[in-house]
Amino acid sequence: MTDAIFGRLGLSSLALWRAFENPDLSELIAAGAAMAVIVGGLVTVVLLTWFRLWGPLWRNWLTSVDHKRIGIMYCALALIMLARGVIEGALMRTQQAFGLHGGFLSPDHFSELFSTHGTIMIFFVAMPFIAGVINYVMPLQIGARDMAFPVMNQISLGLTATGAALVMISLVLGKFSTGGWANYPPYTGADFQPGPGPDYWIWSIVLAGIGTTLSGINFAVTIYKERAPGMHFLRMPIFCWTVICTSIIMIFALPPLTVAALMLAADRYLEFHFFTNDLGGNMMNYVNLFWLFGHPEVYLLVIPAYGMFSEVISTFSGKRIYGYMSMVYATMSIAVLSFCVWLHHFFTMGQSANINAAFGIASMAIAVPTGIKVYNWMATIFRGRVRMTVPMIYATGFFYLFVIGGLTGVMLANPVISYQVHNTLFLVAHFHNVIIPGVLFGLLAGYHYWFPKAFGFRLHEGWGRAAALLWIVGFSFTFLPLYWLGLQGMPRRSASFSDPSFQPMLWLALFGAALIVSALTCLAIQLWVSIRNRAQLAAPLGDPWNGRALEWSIPSPPPAYNFAMVPQVMARDDFAEAKADGRAYAEPEAYEDIEMPNNTAIGMIVCVFGTLLGLALVFWIWWLAVLSLAVMLLALIGRTFRLNVTHVIPAAQIAAEHRAWLAKVKAAPAVDRLEETHARNLGRAVLERPIGSEAAQ
Amino acid sequence: MSTSNIHPGLNLGARHGEAHVGAETIVFGFWIFLMSDLVIFGLVFASYLTVANPMGMAGGPGPAEAFDLRSIFAQTMILLTSSLTFGFSTLAMRHERGRAAIAGWLGVTLLLGLGFLTLELRDFAHMIDVGAVPQRSGFWSAFWGLVPLHGFHVAVGCLWIMVMLVQMALMGLVPVVKTRLLRLGLFWHFLDLIWVAIFSIVYLGGLMP
Amino acid sequence: MRFRHVSKVMLLAGCLALAACNGTGDTFLLPAGPIAAAQRLELFKILGWTLIAILPVFVLVPIFLWRYRYRNGKARYTPDWDRSSVLEILMWGVPLVIVTILSVQLYRTTHALDPFKPIESDNPPLRVQVVGLDWKWLFIYPDLGIATVNELAFPAQTSVALDLTTDTVMQSFLISALAGQIYAMPGMRTRLHILADAPGEFEGENTQFNGTGFPDQRFNAIAMTPEAFDTWVAQVRSDGQALTSDSYAVVAEASTGVQAQQRMGGEDQPEGVLHFSSVEDDLFGTILHRYTRGTAVPPSAQPGATGYDPQAATGGQSQ
Repeated sequence: MTDAIFGRLGLSSLALWRAFENPDLSELIAAGAAMAVIVGGLVTVVLLTWFRLWGPLWRNWLTSVDHKRIGIMYCALALIMLARGVIEGALMRTQQAFGLHGGFLSPDHFSELFSTHGTIMIFFVAMPFIAGVINYVMPLQIGARDMAFPVMNQISLGLTATGAALVMISLVLGKFSTGGWANYPPYTGADFQPGPGPDYWIWSIVLAGIGTTLSGINFAVTIYKERAPGMHFLRMPIFCWTVICTSIIMIFALPPLTVAALMLAADRYLEFHFFTNDLGGNMMNYVNLFWLFGHPEVYLLVIPAYGMFSEVISTFSGKRIYGYMSMVYATMSIAVLSFCVWLHHFFTMGQSANINAAFGIASMAIAVPTGIKVYNWMATIFRGRVRMTVPMIYATGFFYLFVIGGLTGVMLANPVISYQVHNTLFLVAHFHNVIIPGVLFGLLAGYHYWFPKAFGFRLHEGWGRAAALLWIVGFSFTFLPLYWLGLQGMPRRSASFSDPSFQPMLWLALFGAALIVSALTCLAIQLWVSIRNRAQLAAPLGDPWNGRALEWSIPSPPPAYNFAMVPQVMARDDFAEAKADGRAYAEPEAYEDIEMPNNTAIGMIVCVFGTLLGLALVFWIWWLAVLSLAVMLLALIGRTFRLNVTHVIPAAQIAAEHRAWLAKVKAAPAVDRLEETHARNLGRAVLERPIGSEAAQ
Repeated sequence: MSTSNIHPGLNLGARHGEAHVGAETIVFGFWIFLMSDLVIFGLVFASYLTVANPMGMAGGPGPAEAFDLRSIFAQTMILLTSSLTFGFSTLAMRHERGRAAIAGWLGVTLLLGLGFLTLELRDFAHMIDVGAVPQRSGFWSAFWGLVPLHGFHVAVGCLWIMVMLVQMALMGLVPVVKTRLLRLGLFWHFLDLIWVAIFSIVYLGGLMP
Repeated sequence: MRFRHVSKVMLLAGCLALAACNGTGDTFLLPAGPIAAAQRLELFKILGWTLIAILPVFVLVPIFLWRYRYRNGKARYTPDWDRSSVLEILMWGVPLVIVTILSVQLYRTTHALDPFKPIESDNPPLRVQVVGLDWKWLFIYPDLGIATVNELAFPAQTSVALDLTTDTVMQSFLISALAGQIYAMPGMRTRLHILADAPGEFEGENTQFNGTGFPDQRFNAIAMTPEAFDTWVAQVRSDGQALTSDSYAVVAEASTGVQAQQRMGGEDQPEGVLHFSSVEDDLFGTILHRYTRGTAVPPSAQPGATGYDPQAATGGQSQ
């Protein structure tokens, strides 16, 4: 009877209960994490209630379909999950530093840590952060009022949050998978892992993955169909080009993951034989399907980061991006090639030398367009006027560290080397070396760059610099030693080791991890300090960096409808050109009514019942699974019966808001770039270059 | 021509005004969704092909023991006809023949869809009888991962038709209903396309000596 | 020519760094056989060639950032300059040439160092069958009729042909000082060839995570003189026990080498090592084919699975 109600959920599913029964250090750490989730949740609830914020939270955020608010929520989710991911990483570094013949974590706990760390960092930090910035910035850059499908956008966020929630709940109830972020069967099959761990992985990935596919469709359609008049493809900012590439990857590369995970689910729940050892199952299919997703995935992450660096480097060098067409071609080539290289994740599976050589050469070929991009950024700095703001510090760190990642990437693309360093810490060092300086630094640069756009005030410069330097130095100390250890043959995912010569490098790595934790702390302090000092940091007029693309031509934060009048785009870097031509800050001849979508609760319904569905499936609570699926389905169908889903913002209101802002712009001091980070910078920039400056030189 | 057809495939035509213009974005988005769905089917097909051999069948029953070509033929005919009837419904909408004509053809399509599902379920029951269950071998796992996935899509299509019949009755032929019918049409024809592949690769391919 | 020079310098620097570190013989940076040596050479070649593309970044980025800093009013400022044909050709051309050269190199070495390809040597090759078990390796010498756990002995300067499979989840077999790794997968056979130039001891390991005992899944690969190898074989024949399907079922259960040693009673062997004086006929073939016979292998009969029961496993085998 209790089985029918609670499935396989029992007292021993509770991390706290396990620690009570068996109080060793490993279980106590697990219980501490569970407590952190519970207390964190409770504190949030209490604070929201205390400050009476439930209403505003619900009305302005959770039910909003505004791409800007959805973007911010994605980023907030990513930052929360980043904290957990970094703590887990630091814990693993600590374990390995003390791991000569042991360490303080149980091997099971360690393997849970590397599994959640990988899953979280990829699916619930990098992807939501990317999706968040794209959501916020891309429609503004192409002059759109919102995404093509605002409600679907909210549902995507709901599904991503569902996946993240499941991973968080796994700290309290049950245990997460121990099979790594790739979750290879047969190790994760029912025969070897009958517990709920791999099921947590499956359902968080499947639900979040569906959300990502829908996001990809949304981004692609928005760019294809919602560009402002005059915004030809070849006038779009490079960031939007990278979004096209990323959304193509989302649309085509997420299905293999969904298929692989659902087949694994069929094996685990229904005794199918897709990947089992016996009866004709074939685990090699899983490996292929997973990496058919997994390789494009890394480009899904890094390509938008390239786009962010393009925006940042061009703006802070006060120059057009060098080699726009080369950039476009290079980005597109990377996106296409990313689908042709998945086999390099398993050169060692025993296929013929010809196949390995073909995939090896294809993998190495990606180095060409990637190299072009790096050179183009350098040429953008060349003969510019460079301000070393926080985003540029990240960009500099990126230049140095990312090419090292590229170098080791070319090594790993060679099957002969891969045979040696595959599955070792060399590989761990390599992918962290491309994902941290590449993706994360890009995102953090973008975070500092666009934050004033989103909130109307700049982030504190000093704490930002400290954080950036700590990230760069911390990264180097943490991961460069791992290259060495990998060459020495230390396998990845080892809870302990027996070769004392590994110890010094692991200590260095631990030191680096401490720096990274401090970097994260600096970021948190920076956010706090910036909010406290938002009056001094305010830049509400919208253009704090002497920006080049359309998003800087509107107030910060922008109104819900983004543009009072849909802009007429005349050139690449249109706002920079408009400022030079004197077109900027013009009042339109007439204002028009704007129709905007209404708020809806559908995303929250999907999120809450999606989480319940996931939990029900993980713990075999079938009635709850059926119930939550039915609720979601009925809510989705029910919504299609509503006709009245938009509201109109009258032209008079828009005119009043726009004129008030224009008046403030005209009245405000225009600041030059020396005052960029000073309180005087309200977001109106001095035109720094005389028209035809090229000739003037 | 270029003004009346704003997106590939089915179009409402300029006469439909707001619905026609609104269809541009949303139907384009649905095409992209279908591409993504096509990738899913492609991968499931590929997985099926890797185990459609004695190794994958693991000594269990093969296609010859489990497939009934006459029933498959009937299903094929029913599904192809349903695409035709759906096409009539779309034409009725495009040429503004009234709700009754549209709903009538949709109803016929729905019946054909349900008929297809009935025959398919009967086939599945037969397969279970002869031991061609997914728990038996990798081959049957892949089969049960592929063909019922198509069947599931047909079931979703049937549900969608029912919802649209209700919406047409309640809301009339408002623009959103028209674009939904357009997308439903794409979905239904897409299912047909997948079935042609299933029919050729799984059934005919499986029964070839 | 100059580039070859670069790679030689890198090689030298690398060797010096290594010599300063340790010499335990568990990395291909201190190779003990022709394959690992070729892999190391390949590593340094890639390093040298790629540096051509990378050094400009290292050198020019700080120069540019300094020279074109905002406060430097004297530097040229060309805000609208955004293309140059010469630069485009260089930027696309140089990486393209490097990648092309590396591709040719890659194609040749991938074929030359293919793990399936036998290594030429003067002595007749030695065959060894490798079974990955949860947290230990079983080595069967089919031509000698002996087997070991966690000890792979072989004569130096002799090509050793390894056939690999597992009787549990996927694993990856690596003796870094001799050759690269290859996966071992249930129901499938992969192959790896190794050769040691001179007698010595090298660390072997599994690099594919397979559960709690994963870090302990290491073994000694010992290259011996022919005489020493003969002595070793004789010793295994004399002090070992028989490897039958019954004893195999116990060995195969998820356990580290040390735990298996305690269970089987082989404490006189080195830590974690077991010797078997005889091996049941074609045990490797039996293990390899047990998953492809067309009958279900329940978890109780899958070593490493939760609920594995050695008794049930042998019952299943003798059916």
